[in-house]
Amino acid sequence: MVPTRYRVATKRQELTDTWTLGLEPVDEPLEPWSPGQFNMLWAFGVGEVAISISGSEDDTLLHTVRRVGAGTEAVCALAEGEMLGLRGPFGSRWRTVEARGKDVVILAGGIGLAPLRPAIRQLLLDRGSYGRISILVGARHPEDLLFVEEMSRWAESPGVDVEITVDTASSGWSGHVGVVTSLMDRVEIDGSSVHGFACGPEVMMRFAAKALTDRGVAPTAIDVSLERNMKCAIAQCGHCQLGPTFVCRDGPVLDYATAQPLMMVRER
Amino acid sequence: MANGLRAVIDVDGLDEVITRLRVQGFSTIGPTCRDGAIVYDEIEATGELPRGWADDQDAGTYRLVRRDDEALFGYAVGPHSWKQYLHPPGELLFEVRRDGGGFVIEERPEPKSRYAFIGVRACELAAIGVQDRVLVESEHPAGGYSVRRGEAFLLAVDCGEPGGSCFCVSMGTGPGVSSGFDLALTELMSGEHRFLVRVGSDAGAAVLGEVASREATGEDLAEARRVVEMAGARMGRHLDTDGLPVLLAENLEHPRWDDVARRCLTCTNCTLVCPTCFCSTVEDLTTLDGQRAQRWQRWDSCFTLGFSELHGSPVRHSTRGRYRQWLTHKLGTWWEQFGESGCVGCGRCITWCPVGIDMTAEVAALRRPGVDASANPEEVR
Repeated sequence: MVPTRYRVATKRQELTDTWTLGLEPVDEPLEPWSPGQFNMLWAFGVGEVAISISGSEDDTLLHTVRRVGAGTEAVCALAEGEMLGLRGPFGSRWRTVEARGKDVVILAGGIGLAPLRPAIRQLLLDRGSYGRISILVGARHPEDLLFVEEMSRWAESPGVDVEITVDTASSGWSGHVGVVTSLMDRVEIDGSSVHGFACGPEVMMRFAAKALTDRGVAPTAIDVSLERNMKCAIAQCGHCQLGPTFVCRDGPVLDYATAQPLMMVRER
Repeated sequence: MANGLRAVIDVDGLDEVITRLRVQGFSTIGPTCRDGAIVYDEIEATGELPRGWADDQDAGTYRLVRRDDEALFGYAVGPHSWKQYLHPPGELLFEVRRDGGGFVIEERPEPKSRYAFIGVRACELAAIGVQDRVLVESEHPAGGYSVRRGEAFLLAVDCGEPGGSCFCVSMGTGPGVSSGFDLALTELMSGEHRFLVRVGSDAGAAVLGEVASREATGEDLAEARRVVEMAGARMGRHLDTDGLPVLLAENLEHPRWDDVARRCLTCTNCTLVCPTCFCSTVEDLTTLDGQRAQRWQRWDSCFTLGFSELHGSPVRHSTRGRYRQWLTHKLGTWWEQFGESGCVGCGRCITWCPVGIDMTAEVAALRRPGVDASANPEEVR
């Protein structure tokens, strides 16, 4: 429960309320991580928040943080050079290795693109191991879209489709309008050889998973990333329980066959 | 002395055991009467034990009553459990001070005491084992708990006087103590007031070796067996555990949850008195000048609204959802997580519930089929 000291090496504002912090170790670095895992970020005297790792550059760990409460506000207020505490990495990873040899469909909603980004980077680095890669991204408004430049680079890779939609258009938006699952019409898939990855609000993931299973993708071949209140991240504080699952340890990434019954009970 | 050895000591011998433990540097913690209840606190001699007291327990009821003998352990369990020593309500995790543009994390203070627990019941030994599974037998063992647990000396006692809320027999945890102790007593009241002592560890053997004792006779052993058998036959309650995890998993929408939610006050008493409830939260404290910060772990309860808060609102906003979480975890999903029940049958949650909610009755009600709303649409609100 004692964190390791890291320093903010880089800070980049992504959206009005969202920053990507590049964190470098002051002491011994944390253990190696995998896409889908998260760290606990501790702001001096304020508290700790669970944030997915959104990438890395050399020794620098990237965390893309949206300011929603006291903890994330304190983290987002850190300036370059300032220190914070880190524990991790915790939790399960996206099953990118298991998806080799298949087509891949990725559905991301809002900040949900951040935990998926390192998985997408991994897929593209290992491009030959996968069939078609469809990346479907939704946000509320055009100005809420994350990683826009990087998405256009992804779209330049052979056999990679990046489709973007917004719930509500603003002036100057000429792209698609609608929920992210409406982009599924643009994807040609053979459900039996697809691995799906979805991350976003829980209701969005339910519809994303349904859109995939409707197209013949097995629930066991769909990964979703769940979110619950977390205090310890080591399955001892009890907060993140969802049925028998400790989301911090058994998740956050679960296959949909496991997650669906848990997500379908109100207040579970 | 070998484990499993049986000897007999008298009350003076038990005093000597406590003295020996204190000489070895243990804080000796045992039951004592305070504020109309039997609670756990530091004791130095048998004179501080609840001599001649029993407890009258039922759903929402707890009263101390006089016994007609001078038994030292003639009662069931009170509101305290050993978790308040092993997994205390508040524990400092670390302390940090500002240092230029950064901060320095300071060593956590050493866990304070070596505890010797006097009078640990079978259900409580089981409960300590349950918390061990969560906090020690983990990929990330809890530091403070592991140290205190590793150093603790457990002087157990067979239960001879189960309470009205007890159901350890249903849970297979008692009333007799079978393993996991350093020394175990059975209090024998017929004839001379004495204790049959069993040795469960080398540490226990060493302590007993320093105390005046005699060999156990066949009569001592027979009476000890009788004490435990009679206690087992006088359980206040029964919980039908047959297929319980499946029953709960298949009845998450049973109308009984609405019924219990109308009674439950979400006061958290059940989780505070429960010897296995382990949930905790963390809290940051800073000095007024902002130069130092402490991070504390504190008990938390799944009955609070904040427990499941996500993005500013709770996942389990209703009492129904929170009671269901507690009961289905305790008796159901705990099996999938840790391979055992989270309930040891001590009955505290029943006794200390201010409105007398009885989990054995709730489970019995869940076993009865719920009203099928679709069968009688007029009854649907």
